[in-house]
Amino acid sequence: MTKVYGKPIVYFDNGATTQKPRIVIDAISEFYREKNSSVHRGVHFLSEKSTEAYEQARETVRHFINAGSTNEIIFTSGATGSINAIAFSFGEKFIKAGDEILISGMEHHSNIVPWQMLCERKNASLKIFPFNRNGELDIEKYTGSFTEKTRIVAFTHVSNTLGTINPVKEMIRLAHQHNVPVLIDGAQAIQHGSIDVLEMDCDFYAFSGHKVYGPNGIGVLYGKEKWLEELPPYQGGGDMVDNVTFEKTTYNVLPYKYEAGTTNYVGAIGLKTAFDYISSIGIDKIARYEKSLLNYATEKLTSIDGLEIYGTAGNKISIISFLLDNIHHYDAGLVLDKLGIAVRTGTHCNQPVMDYYGVSGTLRASMVFYNTREEVDRLYDGLSKVKKMFG
Amino acid sequence: MTIQETQDNIISEFEIFNDWLDKYDYLISLGNDLPIIDPKYRTDEYIINGCQSKVWLRADLQDGKLIFTADSDAIITKGIISLLTRVLSNREPEEVMNSDLYFIDRIGLRENLSPTRANGLLAMTKKMKLYALAYYTRQKKG
Repeated sequence: MTKVYGKPIVYFDNGATTQKPRIVIDAISEFYREKNSSVHRGVHFLSEKSTEAYEQARETVRHFINAGSTNEIIFTSGATGSINAIAFSFGEKFIKAGDEILISGMEHHSNIVPWQMLCERKNASLKIFPFNRNGELDIEKYTGSFTEKTRIVAFTHVSNTLGTINPVKEMIRLAHQHNVPVLIDGAQAIQHGSIDVLEMDCDFYAFSGHKVYGPNGIGVLYGKEKWLEELPPYQGGGDMVDNVTFEKTTYNVLPYKYEAGTTNYVGAIGLKTAFDYISSIGIDKIARYEKSLLNYATEKLTSIDGLEIYGTAGNKISIISFLLDNIHHYDAGLVLDKLGIAVRTGTHCNQPVMDYYGVSGTLRASMVFYNTREEVDRLYDGLSKVKKMFG
Repeated sequence: MTIQETQDNIISEFEIFNDWLDKYDYLISLGNDLPIIDPKYRTDEYIINGCQSKVWLRADLQDGKLIFTADSDAIITKGIISLLTRVLSNREPEEVMNSDLYFIDRIGLRENLSPTRANGLLAMTKKMKLYALAYYTRQKKG
């Protein structure tokens, strides 16, 4: 186990990125040593092996989120890449001046900025629906936000700061009543519970590999086949084409149409291994354990006088954002760091949420299944120390 | 006391601490003694970008010497600024411009703060030197 400043590290920054199981690291290393070759390119043995592994990875992802077909699984660079892809492709095809794009007030910057850029390109407008003090989306206001001009809705499955699990299924149903498609940002959801895109009925679902025990630089865009067929590709290059002449190029079939250039096939294989690993433990078992850890941590932290938690929704994943007295999050974070405790400090790419609560930032402890109650106790002791130093 | 002597003093003060938490305790106490910027200057004009916490910094020229006042919403940051002002305040602009701030490395501030935080420190020293340059140029013209 990694030690920092001579102490075994308590890693509570899993919302930013998770640590990688050995099996994932080994799979990547083994692939580079024994199978590495570009996919979909050569007739030779290694390329065949590599392509086979890459397409198996796509099937594993499909199965993990219960998509209907591997045509609906696009490998991207991450959740941010996936959202940008749709903001571009959907925007090119369907957004015109005066149209409206609807997002929630608790979005990560990655689910705000691509839409803002689209609105600027097309002279469209971005509409926001709010959340309440507990950190729960206001469904009534959401329902009231639809107009004839609403073209697409995008919101997060789970808030990266507040931990809230949003009622996505019901919200998607409401959007579909207005014939408006929905993109879900699943970056903080995929690692904490089972995802079923068919049951949810979302049109697009985006997540990153590195937050779900997989490698960096790989992510997934799920899209319903009918949409992916209809939308134009967002990047041009090798592999995404069918026939290229200087006069006209025709595009490859799904899912390759959206995978221009040499793809991150090693990342995809790493992600597959991570999903296999999670499945071997059981995602529901992980969710149950994390829930009990969240309850323990919430109880323990609220017993500290002057500690305030931001995000107290009934349905939450194991993320706790908080402030202690009037102590600046940066001060507290520096001291916790020296005690070997890694938490996130600042705005968590979630400035509008900070503005809503009128704070410049918070501390955030984001826990996953490899964290323990003993580690929560160390955070508690660390915060008591912080309180004493700054009190 | 020269810039160099002040820095050497700070280095020896920090040598007695063998634990980082003791260093932070010391920085906290220094932070509470920082010459505070006039609240009316706690505006965007005086804010330094590149810090995780907010920092406001201002320099005035009194009898040919630079006087720095500052504030931050984080106390440890205030402690760090207070070290910087102790070294650089009450000096002629030219001295500040040409100063070599080796104490930051020597007391472990740079290596123990992450790159983003070190950038904040860099932004602060850069701003102080820019003030010195501005006053120096004005002096030359005058």
